[in-house]
Amino acid sequence: MTGLSEPLSAPLEVGFDYTRSLGPVHRRFATELRGRRIVGVRGSDGRVHVPPVEYDPDTAAALDEFVPVGTRGTVLSWSWMPRPLEGQPLAHPFAWALVLLDGADTPMLHALDAGSPDAVRTGMRVQVRWAAELGNGIRDIACFEPVGQSPAPPLEDPEPVSMITAPVHLHYQHSASPEESRYLRGLTEGRLLGQRCPQCRKVYIPPRGACPTDGVPTEEEVELPDTGIVTTFCIVNVPFLGQRIPPPYVSAYVLLDGADIAFLHLVLGCDAADVRMGMRVRAEWKPREEWGYTLQNIDHFRPTGEPDAPFETYAQHL
Amino acid sequence: MADVAVVGFAQAPNVRATHGTTNGVEMLVPIFREVLDSTGLRTEDIGFWCSGSSDYLAGRAFSFIAAVDAIGAFPPINESHVEMDAAWALYEAWVKIRTGEVDTALVYGFGKSSAGDLRRTLALQLDPYTAAPLWPDSVSIAGLQARLGLDAGEWTEQDMAEVAARSRAAAGPGAQISGRVAAADLLAEPYLADPLRKHDCAPITDGAAVVVLASADRARELHERPAWITGLEHRIESGSIGARDLLRSPSTTAAAEAAGAADVEVAELHAPFTHQEIVLRRAIGLGEDVAINPSGGPLCGNPMFSAGLSRIGEAASRVMSGAARRVLAHATSGPALQQNLVCVMEGRS
Ligand SMILES: [Zn+2]
Repeated sequence: MTGLSEPLSAPLEVGFDYTRSLGPVHRRFATELRGRRIVGVRGSDGRVHVPPVEYDPDTAAALDEFVPVGTRGTVLSWSWMPRPLEGQPLAHPFAWALVLLDGADTPMLHALDAGSPDAVRTGMRVQVRWAAELGNGIRDIACFEPVGQSPAPPLEDPEPVSMITAPVHLHYQHSASPEESRYLRGLTEGRLLGQRCPQCRKVYIPPRGACPTDGVPTEEEVELPDTGIVTTFCIVNVPFLGQRIPPPYVSAYVLLDGADIAFLHLVLGCDAADVRMGMRVRAEWKPREEWGYTLQNIDHFRPTGEPDAPFETYAQHL
Repeated sequence: MADVAVVGFAQAPNVRATHGTTNGVEMLVPIFREVLDSTGLRTEDIGFWCSGSSDYLAGRAFSFIAAVDAIGAFPPINESHVEMDAAWALYEAWVKIRTGEVDTALVYGFGKSSAGDLRRTLALQLDPYTAAPLWPDSVSIAGLQARLGLDAGEWTEQDMAEVAARSRAAAGPGAQISGRVAAADLLAEPYLADPLRKHDCAPITDGAAVVVLASADRARELHERPAWITGLEHRIESGSIGARDLLRSPSTTAAAEAAGAADVEVAELHAPFTHQEIVLRRAIGLGEDVAINPSGGPLCGNPMFSAGLSRIGEAASRVMSGAARRVLAHATSGPALQQNLVCVMEGRS
């Protein structure tokens, strides 16, 4: 980022490899695909749907009459993909196509490997190109290709497929608000910057794009000390994926002195059983060379040993 | 059941990218102010708040919660959210007033499409077993629909370019794209994804919109010429792309019939692709005398999750200003016009 007033912004990667369990209709479709065969399902009006649908698109009746269809078909429509996107079936330019397989009444959507848009036309005959690895549902069809040599032959008695893996990975440029950006820049200098709402005068850390009480941005900058109290806490006893500290440990809401909102952090440096509501704590900062745009610059909070804050002093912040 | 009218509308400028956060607060705070000022309402006067937005667009869970900050939600408010275009949030608010539970509602939608890769994100609307794993993007799917119509002689590339040119000529100051351009010049441009050119596709847009609804009793107090909702319906088609008739829009036809779409003077149509406007005009049965998208429409700015709500606001504005008596607004959601909502409004003397 450039100028000081510019909001901070950084890439944000969000991803998960979803595993999807298949009901009886998709299980049958995926199992046949593993055997290099394609089946559709007959709808209430007699149409054969490929890929099969679990319920009739018009009547919502459950469907279970499977119908084998061909691995060759006709292109009903196509659009050209000059620069394929992440996750799509082919990495070089291709056509998306609606392909009506022989014996089917509804077309299926897939990729067509045809070289250039000049080589594609509505009505052209195409055939399945099977993936090298089978057993993952619709992606067992690597793509379609113009009809040519016989495709790879069917396999006998494929293992049933009851689960597919569908990775979902998205990329974002995440932006902080101007208020959050000032706070994050402050952290790189070891400063805890809150902001005060111009109407209700409450001090928020991190500052807000809008005060949740008044709906106006917070404005006036307030530097807060790194001392405060525990307003509420929980003792984490359960191990989980990605955990950084061996349990038991304390996750607590820390209300800095002068702030009107608490934030979540760790309380370490004492027995978990000794942590109390109202306990006074101080930040334990990481070495300066490890500081970044993050509240993790504070490794944890630890008890100061001062007397606890009386309940009335923080009751309105719970 | 109580009559319901639109009494206020505001929208953020439609822009290619904002510096703001994905929670919409920066776009919402000013337009909440604008619509409350125009109606004379205060936050505490609003009986029900309902929003439309998407976690997939924001890249984080429960992203609509942060937007609630923009309301100033204390004391606690009566609030709901749909993971849809906010036109569907307006439907929920309309029901809430019709049943007599509240007499005012503020509906808002927002989306920062620029934060991610919109055409990939929208692939996640598809069937998660047989389509989404291939990541067919929204532009390619629209291209398949466009080609079906071109091959069938339902429309030509010239027809499509003329839709774009007319939209741009109509677009006002808040639009992302506007200006006079000849269809022939648009057709000289290269394909973005054959058969679609850039002008055939709505621009990626950040934006937000807000509409205020009121019951019959309140509406007359809040606006001298409210836009009375005489019909509001929505329908959906199969999640299986191949099972649908992509040259027609049966869900739009059914929604328009149920909403009573006859005799409108203005129609704001939420068609993110040029050929889809042609599909929608035919599905609703709009004649040559109906002014289509006098705002410029989504081809001049398509903020995800608020563009449909904006169509209702834009159409209502023409009633509230006295420029039109009876208008229609349409909103869509899902791939290739899968889900469609039609709202018919009129002025009363
Ligand atoms: Zn405040």
